[in-house]
Amino acid sequence: MSTLTDAPLVAGPFAHARTSVGRTMGLVMLALAPATLVGLWQFGWPAINLFLVTIASVLLAEAACLWLAGRRVRAHLLDGSALLTGWLLCMTLPPWAPWWIGVVGALLAIVVAKQVFGGLGQNLFNPAMVARVALLISFPVAMTTFVAPTPLFSPEAPDFIGGLAITFAGQDYDAMTSATVLGQVRTDLSAGLTLGDILPSTYQLSQAAIGTMAGSLGETSAVLLLMGGLFLIVKGVIAWQIPAAMLGTILVCATGMHLIDPLHYLHPGYHLLSGATVLAAFFIATDPVTAPVSVGGRLLYGIGCGLLVYVIRTWSGYPEGAAFAVLLMNACTPLIDHYLRPRIYGRDRRGEPLDYRDQGRERPA
Amino acid sequence: MKLFKIRGGVHPEDRKALAGRQPIEAIPLPQLLHIPLQQHVGAAANPAVRRGQRVCKGDLIAERQGAVSAPVHASTSGRVVGIGRYPANHPSGLSVATITLQPDGEDRWSEALEGAADPFALAPEEIAARVAAAGVVGMGGATFPAAIKLNLRHKYRLHTLVINGSECEPYLTCDDRLMREQPVEVLDGVRIMAHALGIEHIIVAIEDNKPEAQAAMASAAAEFAAVRIARLPNRYPMGSEKHLVLALTGRETPARGLTADIGVVVHNPATAFAVHQALRLGRPLVERVVTVTGEAVARPGNLRVPLGTPVAHLLTHRGGLHEEPARLIAGGPMMGQPIPSRRVPIIKGTNGVLALTNQEIHRREPLPCIRCGSCVAACPCGLMPLEIAARTRSADLAGAVRLGLMDCIGCGSCAYVCPAHLPLTQYFNYAKGEMAARGRARHKQIETKRLAEQRSARLEAAKRAKREALARRKRETATAEVPE
Amino acid sequence: MIAPILSLTLLGLALGTLLGMAARFLKVEQNPLQDEIEGLLPGSQCGQCGYPGCTAAAAAVAAGEAAVTLCPPGGRALVEELAAKLGVSVDLAGIQDQGPRVAHIHERLCSGCTKCMKRCPTDAILGGPKMIHAVFADACTGCGKCHEVCPQECIDMRPPPVALPNWHWPKPLLAA
Repeated sequence: MSTLTDAPLVAGPFAHARTSVGRTMGLVMLALAPATLVGLWQFGWPAINLFLVTIASVLLAEAACLWLAGRRVRAHLLDGSALLTGWLLCMTLPPWAPWWIGVVGALLAIVVAKQVFGGLGQNLFNPAMVARVALLISFPVAMTTFVAPTPLFSPEAPDFIGGLAITFAGQDYDAMTSATVLGQVRTDLSAGLTLGDILPSTYQLSQAAIGTMAGSLGETSAVLLLMGGLFLIVKGVIAWQIPAAMLGTILVCATGMHLIDPLHYLHPGYHLLSGATVLAAFFIATDPVTAPVSVGGRLLYGIGCGLLVYVIRTWSGYPEGAAFAVLLMNACTPLIDHYLRPRIYGRDRRGEPLDYRDQGRERPA
Repeated sequence: MKLFKIRGGVHPEDRKALAGRQPIEAIPLPQLLHIPLQQHVGAAANPAVRRGQRVCKGDLIAERQGAVSAPVHASTSGRVVGIGRYPANHPSGLSVATITLQPDGEDRWSEALEGAADPFALAPEEIAARVAAAGVVGMGGATFPAAIKLNLRHKYRLHTLVINGSECEPYLTCDDRLMREQPVEVLDGVRIMAHALGIEHIIVAIEDNKPEAQAAMASAAAEFAAVRIARLPNRYPMGSEKHLVLALTGRETPARGLTADIGVVVHNPATAFAVHQALRLGRPLVERVVTVTGEAVARPGNLRVPLGTPVAHLLTHRGGLHEEPARLIAGGPMMGQPIPSRRVPIIKGTNGVLALTNQEIHRREPLPCIRCGSCVAACPCGLMPLEIAARTRSADLAGAVRLGLMDCIGCGSCAYVCPAHLPLTQYFNYAKGEMAARGRARHKQIETKRLAEQRSARLEAAKRAKREALARRKRETATAEVPE
Repeated sequence: MIAPILSLTLLGLALGTLLGMAARFLKVEQNPLQDEIEGLLPGSQCGQCGYPGCTAAAAAVAAGEAAVTLCPPGGRALVEELAAKLGVSVDLAGIQDQGPRVAHIHERLCSGCTKCMKRCPTDAILGGPKMIHAVFADACTGCGKCHEVCPQECIDMRPPPVALPNWHWPKPLLAA
């Protein structure tokens, strides 16, 4: 889509709310900032390097695609959508992943999942999630190697040079790997242990909330992400329906299963606070381009996401299901938008004009 | 009074303080008045004067044509100097039939005008006839001939008259000031209209950002138990008649229908004032209150303007423009129309002249739609503007109609909130116009087909006649040649 | 080994027989479509589509021999309607909607030969021998027959004059 040439004749309205695409994207980035900064601090130089590489790659990929398509590069780059896609993608990558994961992910997200469909607003699937899933399936080892946090400037953390070595030179860091909660639980459950044995040796719920255990950048601090998400709802950038429906559904499913069999099904707290649940609920599933636009549609979409996340985590081969769940529900969005529309003024649900049997007979209250 | 909620809507800055504190002022007459023959919905009026003729203020200068039409009267005394085409107060910039009047400066009312001693003693048909003869039309901008609305009681069961004093458009303050300064006259007109409609219950609806108007109308209505004042929450488009009736009665007007279908008739306060003038004083509609405002205007204010006054004259009276406005608009910023030039005249439906700067308009280059759904949340009619715009963009007008294009009231709430600054309202206006054009084309096609068939039939008949004539001549010559 | 071969062969034969019977007994009669299409066409028999008259054009469209974009006077609206009726998809973006045209006679050049008047399928031209001719724009379908025969070449095809009642907002332009 490109510019409106200033036709001599332009219709109203001649007033506008102080909204813009750049402002929307900017507010989302502001909401992500606290959790991102904490995450970058927790995981040190390699994470910072990966973040910068991913951001640089998305911006270059977007600029190249816009130039090839003959569109105005500067205006579209500045709308912040590519930057946000790269940021969200990086939040879902293992923080010490090598540089080429970031680059390939950026190319997949921008070129394959966004520009090929026609650019901003035209994609069917969430670009960051398409990239993550493609990377996960193609490079399973690199995408499932997590580390326990080693805060910046702490003794175990790699220094700047060490960070460069890890990100760019592929230096080994086997000594520091650690599994995520869900990953550990999945491995041990399939090995036949019960939760009673697994959990005390892994970690506490509080760690999951604050962000001091292994995971991707976005998995760690659920509390900061929740605050960011609520900020976005208050500012009117996202609607409450999708996060509420998604988290509510996960809560209901997890509580139900946990009550039935506490030894084999995780407490809902773990589901809500670990994995990228909060990130997905507030930042990923709410991506406007790929989510439904009506209230009813959003609720259904959120419920679907929540259900799929729980099912994939509990019974499928992968410990983390948010990316798959979001992509599957993205495929349903056009259908949801087609069937779940708001009721038009003056018409009933089927679209027929309203018919009052007692036309004009009653007095108003 | 119990009020109901309306869906969607937006809350623009009301910016009424610019002109709201200025009482209505009179304005000196311009050099020439250009009075168009069509200032209303329906057929244009026919000129009833000749060039050079002298007229008094209130004299008839153009007659009604047909059932849906309104007459036009002289806005001041003077001489008719031209009957021709002049630029219309319309965004197209096209010219329309206009009578040009040169004021003689005396502003003398015609002596033939006579009001009714007691309008309440007149029959409703008589009231409607007088209102029609006075050329009163909907003054909120719709310009539908008021007399036709007064005759609705023959077809519908009516129970309530609502006076639409909400004035939800930002910047405009003409109805507000009129209700504050002349509440008794407005209320009188309201009661006359109610009498003509055969209605007992009257509600005067005013938004909460006009407390003085609410107080003024309340005190004027204190002695009439049938009149109640409704204090509406401040929301755009509360002034849309369908949404106003929903807020007051909880009932939605059925699609493609009128508010009369649910027993309610809505009128503007300035229309009520015009009815009062027509019935009590016999004066036709020759002037109206116009708000001249915007950051670019030196001294915003409210003026009582003779119809036909050029916009330039109003702007000069308000101290001129201290900067070149980004847009000059007739009406409010949400549903107003751009004015093609400052020569165009003020007409019956012009409630405001806005000279807006770029900061006020806050328009940016459109970006692609990000499907954020803000427009769906803002639409008071429950439509999905992003989908309708997408269909219109790809020329699928039938799809746009299926999604509810014809139910759009054109309020502009969707375009107001769109973060991508898409020209949504213009897409819908284009689509509606295109559908109307296709309807006309289809009608023309049916008619031309009929003409073509008639022609073929005529040619066939001519051929047949020729053949018969030939056959007859042959028979005659044959009989003539038979030897005796 | 034998069992799969046998079962698949039998399945193929059975389904083929069913399809053959359906093609014969459930066949849809053709061409009430032609009359409906003829109803949509302008009916002025102008021949711009290349067929001798609207009936022939309708038959061709119904048989699938002609594209739905064949009729210039019908414009984009007609293309949409025909496409909807036939259930074909048409890329409307590529269609140049020329817009309606009406004939206009330059009176100074007219010699009054009546050639155009006789040709006009809707009798839209007024006049008589040795008298200046004029066109009723409302009755003119823009078929162009008069334009072809005029010996003085004084007729040209123009878009109809725009007046306030038939003006509407233009589509917002999105330029590259």
